[in-house]
Formats: sequence, C-alpha cells, structure tokens
Amino acid sequence: MNKLHKMHNTNAGRVFDVFNYIFLGIFGIIMVLPFIYVVAGSFSTELELTTRSFFIWPHTFTASSYKYIFSTNTFIRSLLITIGVTVIGTLVQLFFSFTFAYPLSRKQLKGRNGLLNFVIFAMLFSGGMIPTYLVVKGLGLLDSYWALILPLAISPFNLMIIKNFFQEIPVELEECAKMDGCTEAGILVRVFLPLSKPMIATMSLFYAVGLWNDFMSPLLYMNDSTKWPIQLLLRQITVSSSASTALAEYDPSIVPPEQGIKFAVIVVATLPILMFYPFLQKHFAKGMMVGSVKG
Amino acid sequence: MQEITGKKASVKNSKFKDTLNHIRQNKVLYILLIPGLLYFLLFKYAPMAGIVIAFQDYVPYLGISGSQWVGLDNFRQLFLGNDFIRLLSNTLIIALLNIVIVFPAPIVLALLLNEIRGQIFKKCVQSSIYLPHFLSWTIVASLSTILLSVDSGVITELVQKFTGQTVNFLSDPNWFRPVIILQSIWKECGWGTIIYLAALSGVDQEQYEAAIMDGAGRFKRTWHVTLPGIRSTIVVMLILKCGSILNTGFDQIYLMTNSLNRSVADVFDTYVYTMGITNAAYSYSTAVGLFKSVVGVALVMLTNKIANLLGEDGLY
Repeated sequence: MNKLHKMHNTNAGRVFDVFNYIFLGIFGIIMVLPFIYVVAGSFSTELELTTRSFFIWPHTFTASSYKYIFSTNTFIRSLLITIGVTVIGTLVQLFFSFTFAYPLSRKQLKGRNGLLNFVIFAMLFSGGMIPTYLVVKGLGLLDSYWALILPLAISPFNLMIIKNFFQEIPVELEECAKMDGCTEAGILVRVFLPLSKPMIATMSLFYAVGLWNDFMSPLLYMNDSTKWPIQLLLRQITVSSSASTALAEYDPSIVPPEQGIKFAVIVVATLPILMFYPFLQKHFAKGMMVGSVKG
Repeated sequence: MQEITGKKASVKNSKFKDTLNHIRQNKVLYILLIPGLLYFLLFKYAPMAGIVIAFQDYVPYLGISGSQWVGLDNFRQLFLGNDFIRLLSNTLIIALLNIVIVFPAPIVLALLLNEIRGQIFKKCVQSSIYLPHFLSWTIVASLSTILLSVDSGVITELVQKFTGQTVNFLSDPNWFRPVIILQSIWKECGWGTIIYLAALSGVDQEQYEAAIMDGAGRFKRTWHVTLPGIRSTIVVMLILKCGSILNTGFDQIYLMTNSLNRSVADVFDTYVYTMGITNAAYSYSTAVGLFKSVVGVALVMLTNKIANLLGEDGLY
C-alpha cells in the first residue's frame, strides 16, 4: 500500500501533503492552546494578567493564586465534595452495573429477554428532567450527596457493554469450575471477577469522568450552596460573578488576585482529567468501538 | 376425564416445582438482579409513570392522585403560547447548524488524518484533539468567558487590534450561535474522528490498488473509494444525530445564556429547566419535555426510514 502510494505521488499530492501536515499541526496546537494559556496565567501575577494579552510563559512565576484559593474554605470544601462524590459514586455505580450485568449475561436466567427489553426501552425513552426531579425530591434526596450518585447508578449503555463482555467469557470455564464443585457464588468470585479486571478499570474511568464533570445533577438537586461540587463553584466564579465574592472570604488584609483565581480554579478542576489522560484515551476509544460494533 | 385434569394439574405442579428448583439452584443470579431492578424501577420507570402529570394540574401537596386532570391544556398552553415559536426556531437553528457544520467536521478531519503517514505525528495530533472531549462544559464555558470577555479577553483584544471594533462575543445575540458552534467543534470534533478512522481502516485495500492501477489520483481515490467505503458509518451517525436534534445540549446552552442573549439562547432543554425548577410549573414543563422526547423518537424513526429507502441499512 505504502509502496503504491509512493510510486504514484504526484507533485499535486506532495503539495497537498505539506499543507495537510501544516493544517493538522496548527489544528492540534489550537486545541490545547487555551489550556496552556490558562496554566501559564494561573502561575503569573495579577499585573501580568491584566497588562499582557496572550502568553504561554509568565515573566514572573508566582503561586499566589493557588495559595489564595487553597486558603478559602469554600474552595477546599467543594473540592473535597467532588472527590468524595466521585470516589463513592464510582464504587456505587460499579456495584450496581456489574451485579445487574452478570445475571443478564447468563443464558439460564428465566425472563432474560424481557429484562433486556426492559433495559433497552429505558435507553430509548426517558421520563425527562422534571419527573426525575420529582422522584428524587419525593425520596427526600434533595440537598443530599446521594442525589448526585443514585440517579446515575447505572448507565444502560455501559451496562450493555459489561453484559456483552461477560457473554464472551467461554462457557467451558464455568463448567470446569462447576465440576470442581464451585458454587454459583464461587464461580462469580473466582472465575468472573478476576477475568473482568480490565472491564472494571475501563468502567471506573467512564463513570469517574462522568461524575467529576457532572454539572446538571448538582444544579438540579443541590439548593444549598455550601454543598456545591467544584463544577458549580467554577461556574459561579468564572461565568456568573466575581471570583473573590464567590469564594466569600472576607479578609481585608489580603487583596485577592481576581483574574488569577479563575485561572487557578480551572486548572485544579481539570487536573485529574489530565493526570489520567493517557489511560482515558486508551480505554475510552476502546469502549466507543465496543459500543459502536454492538450497535 | 378426571384422569386428564389430574394429569394437567400434576404437569402444572411439576412445572412450578421445576421453576422453584431452578430458582433455588441459581438463587445467586436472582439475588444479584435486585439492586439493578430497583434502580431501573425507581429512577427510570417511576419518572416515566410521572409523565402523567403533563395531563394534570399537578400540585405537590395533593400528589398525583389528588391533582386535577386537565387533558391537553398544558400542550395547548405550549403550542398557543408566546414562547413556542421562539423556542422552536432557536432549537432548530442550532440543530441545523450542528448538522451542517459540526457534523461533517470530524469526517473531514478523519480523511485528512488518514492521509498522514508519519505515525508519530499522527499520534501527537490525535492526543491533542481528543483532549477537549474529557473536559466538562463548565470548563469550556469558563475558558470561553476568559478568552472572550470584553475587558480582558485575548480574542476580543485581537479582534479589536485588527478591526478596530470591540465585539461583545458573550452578550451580543448575533454572536451566540457562532460561539456555540465553535465550542462544539473545539470540544467534540477531534473525538468524533475515532469512529470514522476505524471505518476508514476497514476500507478494502484492493479497491485502492485497482484505483491506482486505473490512474486515479488521490482526490479521485478519496471521492470514489474512501467516501463510499465509510458511507454506511456516516449514515448511522447522521441518524443518531437527527434523533437527538432537539437535544441541543443543556449544559452548554445553559452556561452560555445570560440576560442579554436570552432571546436567541432559549431552547427546549433550558426552557424546561427554567419553567420546571425555577418557576415550579411542574405539569407545564413536563408537557414540554414530553413533546420534545416524542418528537425525538419520531425523528429517529423517520431518518431511519429515509435511510432505508435510499438503500442503506440504517440502525434497524
């Protein structure tokens, strides 16, 4: 293929290649440029941020923006809330998804087709925002952290991926285990659980990113602003009001770096995504392919 | 006669016993079903049942059983009200721009990436263009606000330098849609290439070789071999897109809306939120949501039908 390509590379083709490389190179840089600017800005002084327009390297390095946001209770609290909801939420989601996917993948389960249709219908049609809100409200979950977790406990799409994964595990393994006197529960713990480690890793990432980035659930269910996760605080700081009043720390001796705060909060809210990005890229691309192949 | 009924009864009895035995043998399976079943009933099917309040004048303290039935009054209020035309046109314009501009972007990008033969360069570009997909809309909105703000935004300053005009990207209603479209391209266009790149790698190599033998240049090969090769993928993606045409993306629109651009920003999703949560008009907003999802399901079926008529496989 490559040989053939080379053989027939005309001049027009070469010109195209050059432009293609340049275009994609620039495009790739534009994608990350805003973020590089924000990182640079978060480490620069307030003066530099207001006088220089665009830079990717600050003249004077300072961590004062970070020092400020980590000195406020509001910021630390909402960061801890997000971390807590993400960790506990991911565990809850893994538990609900895997326990439901396993029986659904077993052929001997009676009423299996009915159950699958029950799941697929919920993928196609939903009650919508307000009826779901009323159910959450009716359960007394408003202003409870569980409202950010339980309504999202199973993603039907992920559930189907896990179910298909379980189905691909050879039946012989299960039969062998049975011959050796393994009980149904033993098969699950000793055969299926160790084999599904990569699937558990993929699903943890899927769910954790979703929870970390979730904006709509806290917007709907959390009226109490002292219980806001970082995404809501971020919106308040950058989009709707001034940064220092959103953090609401009234210490007259410190002049808060108004612009720097915004930059620093964005960086902190993105940090976990960046830290796990190599894994994310690999697992998400794979998960997307699985989903698209199975329809 | 008696014998037959006796037999029937014993067959029934043994069937029941079989089922009982089956459940006893596989009791772990059935126990494991419980949490998931509860989840679906509580958070998926109970809200579906809750849709009935769209046909009521729902009052929270009276509950569904105590509230008054009003038939189609809420829908009448929606269709005859002042907001409907504005909502529909805002939603449709954004949806149309999404299909015409945002949808083809990853296809073009994937075709360009496919022509790159330097693997390291390709990997670098891919890593960079996939990244925005993982960021939340809150981050995207924050970055936009910083870059586009009137007093210190980098892009605003650049535009000012070149044109001498100060454009208020964030509150000028004329700029709302371009900003939304650019955000969508920035966030999802790179990630969207994955599915097309996979389809491209499946295009029959022999056809390329035959095309080369026939003297077809690279553009001709792309037009006559590559694009037809990924046509069914494009059709499936287009159907999915059309089905979600009314889902303009709550987070993005909500975050970019302010009091100055509301006239072009209000779409069904954000309207449901404002009416339902802020104004507590539960029945009315549920009716709006129901209208939206029914149209959505109808659109998926319609586009699928059209795809079938055109000789494509479609979704089903």
